[in-house]
Amino acid sequence: MEQPIIEMHGLTKHYGSFKAVDNLHLSINKGEIFGLLGPNGAGKSTTILMLLGLTIPTAGEARICGINASRKPIPVKRKVGYMPDNVGFYNELTALENLIYIGRLNGISEKEVKNVAREMLVEVGLEAAINKKAGTFSRGMKQRLGLADVLIKQPEVIILDEPTLGLDPAGVKDFLELIRQLNQRQDLTVLLSSHHLHQVQQVCNRVGIFVGGHLLAEGNIETLTSNLFKTAPHVVQVTLKTAVMPDVQQLQLPGAEKIIINGDVVEISGQEDITPDIVRYFVHKGFDVTGVQKKTYGLDEIYQQYFENNLKENVPNEKSGRSFFGKFKKH
Amino acid sequence: MKSQAGLFSANSKSISSPFLVMMRKEVADQLHSLRFIILAALILLTFFGSMYVSMANISKAISNSHDPDRLFLYLKLLTTTDGSLPPFHIFVGFLGPLLGISLGFDAINSEQSNGTLIRLMAQPVYRDSLINAKFVASLIVISALFLSLNLLMIGGGLIITGVRIEPSEFIRILCFVVLSIIYVSFWLNLSILLSVKFRQTATSALTAIAIWLFFTIFYQILVNIIIKAVLPDPNLLSQEQLISYNGIVMTFLRFVPSQLYTDATTTLLMPSVRSLGPLTMEQMAGAIPSPLSLRESLLVVWPQVSGLIAATVVCFAVSYYIFMRREIRT
Repeated sequence: MEQPIIEMHGLTKHYGSFKAVDNLHLSINKGEIFGLLGPNGAGKSTTILMLLGLTIPTAGEARICGINASRKPIPVKRKVGYMPDNVGFYNELTALENLIYIGRLNGISEKEVKNVAREMLVEVGLEAAINKKAGTFSRGMKQRLGLADVLIKQPEVIILDEPTLGLDPAGVKDFLELIRQLNQRQDLTVLLSSHHLHQVQQVCNRVGIFVGGHLLAEGNIETLTSNLFKTAPHVVQVTLKTAVMPDVQQLQLPGAEKIIINGDVVEISGQEDITPDIVRYFVHKGFDVTGVQKKTYGLDEIYQQYFENNLKENVPNEKSGRSFFGKFKKH
Repeated sequence: MKSQAGLFSANSKSISSPFLVMMRKEVADQLHSLRFIILAALILLTFFGSMYVSMANISKAISNSHDPDRLFLYLKLLTTTDGSLPPFHIFVGFLGPLLGISLGFDAINSEQSNGTLIRLMAQPVYRDSLINAKFVASLIVISALFLSLNLLMIGGGLIITGVRIEPSEFIRILCFVVLSIIYVSFWLNLSILLSVKFRQTATSALTAIAIWLFFTIFYQILVNIIIKAVLPDPNLLSQEQLISYNGIVMTFLRFVPSQLYTDATTTLLMPSVRSLGPLTMEQMAGAIPSPLSLRESLLVVWPQVSGLIAATVVCFAVSYYIFMRREIRT
């Protein structure tokens, strides 16, 4: 087991009576791409700010590379590159000047800083816009400049808050590919937050699902799937040429737990993958099989499932906590 | 740009501290900003205008044998006027606040609304470096402006009149420069404070201008109205009572920074001014109308100067405190 590079122990943040983050335990290993997944207002950004020491936790501690982030924020900020969700630049300066400024703040010597900045811009694919003012940049270019800005300090960990927000699909794909490349080439640890499951699914080794200040689940996609659909992880859908006779209701299939028949479609779920047995069975019985489809669970289903469960729990709380009218009625 | 880089990095090898890096950027930002250029041009214009007027009237002023200050040619250059244009220090009293406000009103909140503040704070720098750098950078810009203007005046005076400048005169002018810098930096700090307090740049700018307008126009009116309502009829008072009431009124008027500045500059630039309050006949008896020495003038203005410095420091301290405690996120 590797030494975790980001550790959170019982991290908690209250804003008044509102719990933004509640007793969060999480560790992330070196070289991982970890996705923090959750709806808006789930406490993702607050968690990230606490990791950087920009917000002081109410309780618990965050350690990055073994350093306590709220006690020694400066060494942590030296090792961590952070890109905020609405990354902004000095509009009247060019991309290169913006980057040089950050480079200087990170103590890169005056001789090298220009070259380093130029290299970074080439690396993120902005070589054509080096001398353009940052104010004229499109959202996608700003995001790339933000990445260059994060990388110029040669970080060990990069934290990206909603990096794909507001990008077009092609931009998202390019950007995520860029992150993956960086992760592989420089062995960077990446923590990214998002509410876009599909994008996270593309790049992350591991995800944590974060709702209402709680970490509901954590692990790679397969673990999450199997946790969630313990009852029946494997579902096979068989389409037949003719509608199934009612007497086939009692299908004699070892390992099949649940069978749903809907016209000419039979859905069979079970603990193990028994697709060959199913096909063999139908062929043997003389049915004309026109299609066999294995259902896999993506993050969409996972997300949906977790949020639905959580929403059910939270709805009463939300109402009493947030409704103005409720308050007025009472008094 | 190159030479500037050499200047700042010379003493710290090739890596400069974040504070110096920020300060350098802020100075460059201020100098490139249109609003600074406009205000500097305005000040330059009034400077040359008032210099022109005083040059035209200087011979009359120094040959006026009733004036005990007539021998201070360079102070006369700064204060002489024929009534067509106010002297330069009156202009500074008026334009200085605008300069200070324009340099500081968006110091922090524009960074915050731009999203650059959080990016800066994610760098390995202490949070106070930013606000210190903003303040020091503006201070440098103001100092350079006033110092060069006054040195220009002295140099021009030397060339045109050929009269030697007295050391005490030179120091008085330097004190005037320092005083102007303190005065402008009070307004600068007030506007920085507002920029920390308010999230919108427009709000902080308007509030700063409102405070300035209140102090320049309405405060005097307000004080006068209250005095009329509260104080007894002056005709019924003895002279001592009148003087003591006058003293109270002056004290209230001196809550205004521009009043402090005007008092202090008048004393510094007109060496014959011996008191800023009313004097009784007994006090005046036997006094020969002659200029005070530099030390005595400084003693007279010292309360005003320390008041201005205190106001400046308080504004900066409050903005520093709020900024350090502030939640950074947008």
